[in-house]
Amino acid sequence: MAMGNKLLGSQVNAGLGRTRSIWSILHIDPILLALLLALVGGGLFVLYSGADRNIEVVKAQGIRLAVAFVVMFVFAQLDPAVFRRWSPWLYILGLAGLVAVLLVGVGAKGAQRWLALPGLPRFQPSEFMKLVVPMMAAWYLSRYYLPPTFGRVMAGLIIVLLPMFLIVQQPDLGTSLLVGMAGIFVVFFAGMSWKLIVAFFGVVSVSAPLMWFFVMRDYQKQRVLTLLDPQSDPLGAGWNIIQSKTAIGSGGMDGKGWLQGTQSHLEFLPESHTDFIVAVLAEEFGFVGMLLLLTLYFLIILRCLYIAVTAQDSFGRLLAGALTMTFFIYVFVNIGMVSGLLPVVGVPLPLISYGGTSGVTLMSAFGVLMSIHTHRRMITA
Amino acid sequence: MAWGEFKDTAAERRLFQRRALVMLIFVIVLMSGLLVRMYQLQIVEHEIYTTLSDKNRVQVQSVPPPRGLVYDRNGILMAENRPVFSLTIVPERAGPIDETLARLAAIIDIEDEDLERFRKRLKEPRRPYQEIPLFYDLGEDDIAKMAVHRHEFPGVEVEAELVRYYPHSELTAHALGFVGRINREELQKIDPVNYAGTHYIGKSGIERFYEKVLHGRVGYQHVETNARGRILRVLERENPVPGEDIQLHLDLRLQKKAHELLEGRRGAIVAIEPATGGILALASVPGFDANKFVTGISVADYRGLSESIDKPLFNRALRGQYPPGSTIKPMMAVAALDSGVTTRERKIWDPGYYQLREGGRRYRDWKRSGHGWIDLKGSVAQSCDVYFYDVAVEMGVDTMHKYLSAFGFGEDATLDVAGALSGLLPSSDWKRAVRNEPWYPGDSVNMGIGQGFFLATPLQLATATALVANRGEWVEPRLLKDIRGDRSADEFLPKETHTPLTLKDNSDWEYVVDTMEEVMHGARGTARAAARGASYRMAGKTGTAQVFSLAQDEEYDAEEIRERLRDHALFVGFAPADNPQIAVAVIVENGGGGSSVAAPVGRGLFDAWLEEFPAAEAADMLGQSDHEGSTH
Repeated sequence: MAMGNKLLGSQVNAGLGRTRSIWSILHIDPILLALLLALVGGGLFVLYSGADRNIEVVKAQGIRLAVAFVVMFVFAQLDPAVFRRWSPWLYILGLAGLVAVLLVGVGAKGAQRWLALPGLPRFQPSEFMKLVVPMMAAWYLSRYYLPPTFGRVMAGLIIVLLPMFLIVQQPDLGTSLLVGMAGIFVVFFAGMSWKLIVAFFGVVSVSAPLMWFFVMRDYQKQRVLTLLDPQSDPLGAGWNIIQSKTAIGSGGMDGKGWLQGTQSHLEFLPESHTDFIVAVLAEEFGFVGMLLLLTLYFLIILRCLYIAVTAQDSFGRLLAGALTMTFFIYVFVNIGMVSGLLPVVGVPLPLISYGGTSGVTLMSAFGVLMSIHTHRRMITA
Repeated sequence: MAWGEFKDTAAERRLFQRRALVMLIFVIVLMSGLLVRMYQLQIVEHEIYTTLSDKNRVQVQSVPPPRGLVYDRNGILMAENRPVFSLTIVPERAGPIDETLARLAAIIDIEDEDLERFRKRLKEPRRPYQEIPLFYDLGEDDIAKMAVHRHEFPGVEVEAELVRYYPHSELTAHALGFVGRINREELQKIDPVNYAGTHYIGKSGIERFYEKVLHGRVGYQHVETNARGRILRVLERENPVPGEDIQLHLDLRLQKKAHELLEGRRGAIVAIEPATGGILALASVPGFDANKFVTGISVADYRGLSESIDKPLFNRALRGQYPPGSTIKPMMAVAALDSGVTTRERKIWDPGYYQLREGGRRYRDWKRSGHGWIDLKGSVAQSCDVYFYDVAVEMGVDTMHKYLSAFGFGEDATLDVAGALSGLLPSSDWKRAVRNEPWYPGDSVNMGIGQGFFLATPLQLATATALVANRGEWVEPRLLKDIRGDRSADEFLPKETHTPLTLKDNSDWEYVVDTMEEVMHGARGTARAAARGASYRMAGKTGTAQVFSLAQDEEYDAEEIRERLRDHALFVGFAPADNPQIAVAVIVENGGGGSSVAAPVGRGLFDAWLEEFPAAEAADMLGQSDHEGSTH
């Protein structure tokens, strides 16, 4: 088995040379790593500006990212089989965590999102579920032949909906949707029939008005209303959108220059180093900067999709594809929200926004992708 | 296999590849969507957002011009601008105002009175986002405290502004007037653009009259502010044009002298330089500290001033309307001579009283025993009432009215003294209109000695005296001497409107001046005691005016009543008699006799102006040259 592994590794890296490359030993995909480092490095520059030249913020973010890269490295060392084996148990653990949050969780601003267990650092089980839900769905669906039967699709959806329901109770609609999205991508990649997909969207579009009247809370409705007409409340809820659009628009073709953004440095732009950091980039580096950023993200997604397509088994493919698309959704929702296309839902810009756990979650996902890409075994055709 | 079912791995791989392709297209479409959105915002609508962004950060602010300074004739500063740090609040930015005030009160001491005033201003109409002062004259400690807690108080700022300060306020309050916060009525009258950054406006006196000159023109600056309105950078600035500095004829030394001479009394002094009409001193005693009014006087302080029986806020020099008494006699003498009702030689018999007809009411002379046979000169020198009863009746009210009008009675003859009253120069028309009664000869009798209906302000008496000193040449009284800078004072002074008072026999002027010299230097002159030992000749006239009544509901103790029922003591005069440098009018309320109380005050002013000040200047010059001599 070990022999076969080695052989296949050198086959994959055939273009680079006959012997197993250093990357293969480290279980790292150099292309993806290089793209991620470019993104993160550029991100720190933008963050320095977005945090109004506060070097402490940049240092803290640097440390956090370093930790995240270590986590990625650790995850990359694990064989995908390990993830597959552990999936059900992690899923049950995650559900237990979400129930615990609802019972004994702590939090702020009327939402309970954190679990503070004695002897452990505070953590958000919902963040953990962003990784575990697609893993679980991939585990379940890849046990059988694909495309899945209708019953299995439904079972897969239940796997996804259960944690979504628990997270909505916190309440945290944004995370719930992202977790759900990750799981649904697995079902989609598994080969859910197009008829079902059309039917699914039909259900969603019917349930949207029902959500509005029966599920959504006032602050969420407010966000949607503000999105539709930011001018209606220019000093309140519309302020963020108006100011971020002003920041982006005033950047023009080549921007105002690094550290020269007036919108962010004069404190007109709120959250300029967290959720709205892309407005800082757009203001200071202009359309050119945005083109560069979107290209970088696109290359990362392209590489990840390549990893998914070339993965050896269904579990690896489904998981890699779903994680990739989740990453893309982050990018799209954040930039869409800052530029006024989507409601403000509090999604950070992946790997650039300042802040907590999302960086670690994202990098563990990249670790899983690298693991899938670099652990290969002989397959009996 | 672990998953127990048959799996077509190749088919699964192809299925996944197709699905991945769909997702790739999905990604490309949405990414392109984002890119198009960016193109729309950053390229297509770039102009709109650039404007929005500039409007966001760049604000036009008005820069108030520094108010012009006021100097006395010797260049001594009488009104200046002092930087004062005040705590202001922009209610729109501060959030819940009660909570903010409570938190502020925990950090710095705020008097209830400040809070009360702040709340009052909060209710008044104002421009949105205009700051309201809460607390003036912050100490260094408080400024430091506010700097530490600044971030906790959005909309609360420590602002430096220039505030008017009168270094000699007790002496100059009545002469200069003062500035104060612009009130609602003034807000309607002023040019809102030019006063955009100005908080103060001249309320009275010179400050009010020359408001336009002193104020200057507003400047602008384009400033970059942050979202909370804090100024970060000045981008462009058009400097304000400062108000013009002005110099007054007023002499602070004489002003001080006047206050010293009236120390402990109530009264007024007006001194005029006859040649220029320049007002050298304009004193009303007691004075008050006008600085208190600038930033807003406290209720208790204001009550203290306004309810004091000495009425310190009352400007006696301009607005005190007194019966002029015998001080009117030189002007009456001019009228009597020129109208031909008497001559220099004519003598009358004064038995101590005057009767309009045999057996009628006796109008008493102040001298019960009478002056016997007496001519005009003697009548002025000894202040014989009967002579003037006689000529007054002979002239009649309309002739007297005509001549006294020419002396500036019954009008505000000044050029730039804000708030001067016109007194009351009665005429038959006036009496019919106001009293609905005909003019009786008895009214003329009283008017002849400056009693009855006749009222004049100290400023009017000084003006009339200066006209005598000028031998009929009119020079309207004025305060403004010069404008610092290129422009001349004449540009700002109103037009002179009076024509010289020319007499049929112009030597009558010299004669009347002679009679006034006799008052001071004659053997029986009423003010001879006051003029004793003078090195120069002076002309003057004393007066004593009766205090008629007190309001019935005013309660004073017996001592007080006796003091306040005493006659007012008056004096008018000028010196030197043949080359007048100074003309004065003095009134000491309830002072008693004009000769004993008011005339020595006049003498004191003459001495100061003609001898003390020049001597001090000479000594200064000498001292300077000595000093120079020793250093070289």
